[in-house]
Amino acid sequence: MTGKAIIQAEGLTKTYGNQVAVDHLWLDVMEGEIFGFLGPNGAGKTTTLLMLLGLTEPSEGRARVLECNPTREPIRVKRQIGYLQENMGFYEDLNARQMLAFVAELNGLDAHEAASRTEQALLEVGLQGEADKRIEAFSRGMRQRLGFAEILIKNPKIAFLDEPTLGLDPEATNRIIELIQRLCREKNMTVLLSSHLLHQVQKICHRVGIMIKGRLVACGPMAQLASEKFGVGETEYTLEEIYMKYFTEA
Amino acid sequence: MGGIQTILKKELADHFSSYRFVILFALIAMISLITVYMVGLHIHRDLLGVAKPRYVFLMLFTASGGLFSLVQFVAFFGPLIGLILGFDSINSERNAGTLSKLLSQPIYRDAIINGKFLAGLVVIAVMMVSIVLVMSGLGLSLLGIVPGFEEIGRIAIYLIVSIVYIALWLGAAILFSIVFRSVATSALAGLALWIFFSFFISLGASVAADALTSAAPDGNPDALMVRMRVEKAVALTSPMRLYTDATATIIDPMRKTTHDVIPMGMLEQMSLARFAGPLPLGQSLLIVLPYVISLLALTVVCFGISYAVFMRQEIRSL
Repeated sequence: MTGKAIIQAEGLTKTYGNQVAVDHLWLDVMEGEIFGFLGPNGAGKTTTLLMLLGLTEPSEGRARVLECNPTREPIRVKRQIGYLQENMGFYEDLNARQMLAFVAELNGLDAHEAASRTEQALLEVGLQGEADKRIEAFSRGMRQRLGFAEILIKNPKIAFLDEPTLGLDPEATNRIIELIQRLCREKNMTVLLSSHLLHQVQKICHRVGIMIKGRLVACGPMAQLASEKFGVGETEYTLEEIYMKYFTEA
Repeated sequence: MGGIQTILKKELADHFSSYRFVILFALIAMISLITVYMVGLHIHRDLLGVAKPRYVFLMLFTASGGLFSLVQFVAFFGPLIGLILGFDSINSERNAGTLSKLLSQPIYRDAIINGKFLAGLVVIAVMMVSIVLVMSGLGLSLLGIVPGFEEIGRIAIYLIVSIVYIALWLGAAILFSIVFRSVATSALAGLALWIFFSFFISLGASVAADALTSAAPDGNPDALMVRMRVEKAVALTSPMRLYTDATATIIDPMRKTTHDVIPMGMLEQMSLARFAGPLPLGQSLLIVLPYVISLLALTVVCFGISYAVFMRQEIRSL
């Protein structure tokens, strides 16, 4: 982890009609860190990710990702970010290898490079045995891993993971968690993940931000949040307890 | 721009491997075979007693044989081809969750819609060209007549206008697939539009003409002309009518106007007979050019609207 902020949100706000989805969000994410976005459903986590990705235009404020404005230069930003959607869709009639080849082509890789990265990505997520199966036959865990493979193909600097472990069995969850940690460690990838599965977030995140009703109510390393809420020196609390404390107060 | 190419390639692969395409193509192949067969059977009878028949080859496409000619068939069912190819292009991806995946890749947003439209256009072109080639080939062996350059030119122009016409409906279908989230709704909207323009406009034209012009009880020719003009103006809002008029003198050189000429008396019939020769290609083109341009404009406008709507759509709702 270096001290350089790679993602900056400066008063980022998104309103839909009267409803405020994200309310003046200020946030810095450092290069190489795993940042956990926590919050109940509908707290504005996904909207924030979409704004940082340049897929949604902020109503107010601005975002800077890798020194670019995602609204102005979406292509440059999207080239550097791998995005794992919450309910990811695949072309069901393709097989895993074709799907990855398609993504590689969309990213402008030439055929040779695409083929080698595809094999590499399949190997890393452990899908090399299933590469020629049609995606419609894939289980949820396999789909999630395929989604990760799509990110690996891009070899981005940043990964946005929206609920990466939602609906997975414990074994599949552990695989995903390991994968995230490896990405960060070996490729120095910055990971921004949103989740409400606190237990796992606690395990892997360097810092967490708690988002409730569009506002970032707390942000920092686990120990700091604990001491803020429960008094100095109290680092024994789990993320779950901290989160509930914030949640009941909000 | 690599994005368009990639999307185009994938869409084409999807089209050509889909059952939808196979069914559509089988249907169209069958109909063109039947048409050419019927025309072949009747053409000898039609030409009986004609001293020097000209443009016999074009009759393959215009003679209605037993039921309908290819030209009529394309005017009526061509829209369905466009609709079938496009009605689920965007909303099925949105429902499957693949649209936001595409959008999160480093491609411009318009690459998606351009790629899809182009892929549909290619499929339409392949379909139309192969139908015409099959019919020409069969016609050659059936009639034993080799088409001249002018006839080939006319067929080529006809093909281009037909492709534009079907592309117009493809554009409409894509627009519906952007606006409506449900695939069934967008299919229904497309069908409704098709039925409206194919049946109701022609009915509505005479109703509108009746309502807008005063009756001419004494058969006043001026009043009749006004009524005719209103009727035609209303009817021309239908792309189907535009297309029929646009192709009429192109594929049938014996026609000299897009209007329906009804010779009323003996003298008129005699004077018309003096001009019985076919029009040269350039003159035919001149007559239909406004129609072709309107058709092209409609297609562009239709695609333009889909483009604008798609570019502004909120991603969150994708």
